[in-house]
Amino acid sequence: MPAKSFEQDFNKGLWTENPVSRQLLGMCSTLAITNAIMNGVAMGLAVSFVLVFSSLLISLLRKLIPNQVRIASYIVVIATFVTLADRFLAAYFPSMSKNLGPYVPLIVVNCIILGRAEAFASKNTVSTSVVDALGMSLGYILALLILSSIREILGSGTLLGYKVLGTWFEPWIIMILPPGAFIALGLLIAAANLIERKIKLGR
Amino acid sequence: MLFFSAILINNFVYHYFLGICPFLGISKRIDNSLSMGVAVTFVMALTAVVSWPINHWILIPYKLDYLQIVSFILVIASLVQLVEMFIRKTSPPLYQAMGIYLPLITVNCCIMGLALLAALKEYNFAETVVFGVSAGLGFTLAIVLMAAIREQLDLADVPEPLKGAGISLIVTGIIALAFFGFSGMIK
Repeated sequence: MPAKSFEQDFNKGLWTENPVSRQLLGMCSTLAITNAIMNGVAMGLAVSFVLVFSSLLISLLRKLIPNQVRIASYIVVIATFVTLADRFLAAYFPSMSKNLGPYVPLIVVNCIILGRAEAFASKNTVSTSVVDALGMSLGYILALLILSSIREILGSGTLLGYKVLGTWFEPWIIMILPPGAFIALGLLIAAANLIERKIKLGR
Repeated sequence: MLFFSAILINNFVYHYFLGICPFLGISKRIDNSLSMGVAVTFVMALTAVVSWPINHWILIPYKLDYLQIVSFILVIASLVQLVEMFIRKTSPPLYQAMGIYLPLITVNCCIMGLALLAALKEYNFAETVVFGVSAGLGFTLAIVLMAAIREQLDLADVPEPLKGAGISLIVTGIIALAFFGFSGMIK
């Protein structure tokens, strides 16, 4: 495998096939936990952990899993890693685990992970699958980071808990409530589409 | 109380952000989204009925609650499979209407969310079932409402980059804002 294709597999997750802005996968967790940056980062890392390890295991087992029961097998693999992540958070970061609530266990039905397992890891070698998973995870973390920064700055006037905007700033409570999440993500996707179109026109 | 609050205030789509994928994917036509909503409500009610005994009679007494995630997802997947087979055998027209939506339900976060939230909030059996049915109805309401708006949106002049997901999410945000009005209804 030439290095070029590794790079492509990695890069596509960042922009051209970004799970959030382009494929619209994993919306539930994206919207639910991006009201503060720390939550976004923790969620991003948890999803990345599950995504990378389940891609690894599924690509290792791809020749052993019979085609008819593949979805069920993938789900069991994913659920195992989600349980690991959930228990780890509960044991070492109890307050974070409380913040994220049911959304950590819900990673199991996050379409990004099953989507990559079905579309990529089940057809490719172990190394390419891991690279693909890493790229997708990074793209996902990036999207969460942008969205949660916007929401935290506008919604509470803080960044990572520190006040960045002066006392003149009246926080837009709406941004940390659910409607703000929908609107911010909608605008973010529109911005991504706009940039994509500029790039296409530039070529 | 639980019934109305799960439909209007703690609506799964607008409050918990559950089931966004099918919500955005299948809300293009009213009739399709109505069938999806009915299928989801049905599976949710069943999940509530099945997951509660598993959680309270098997997992908790034997201290196996760390297996919650794995067992719930397996219950849901097999339940969906059973329902699909049952409907195909007994009522072909219903299968035609609901059929293609059923496999999609397995990965619908609504169902998994229901099982987890009910376990988290320590609802008793009756509460869990009511919660399941009303959350399903809430989802149906949300997706049908969305489809009705999207049918109109096709005729509207939306800026190019906002087309599709962008405008749908913003519309969802505005509806969610409107639903906030209900939160004063029940304390």
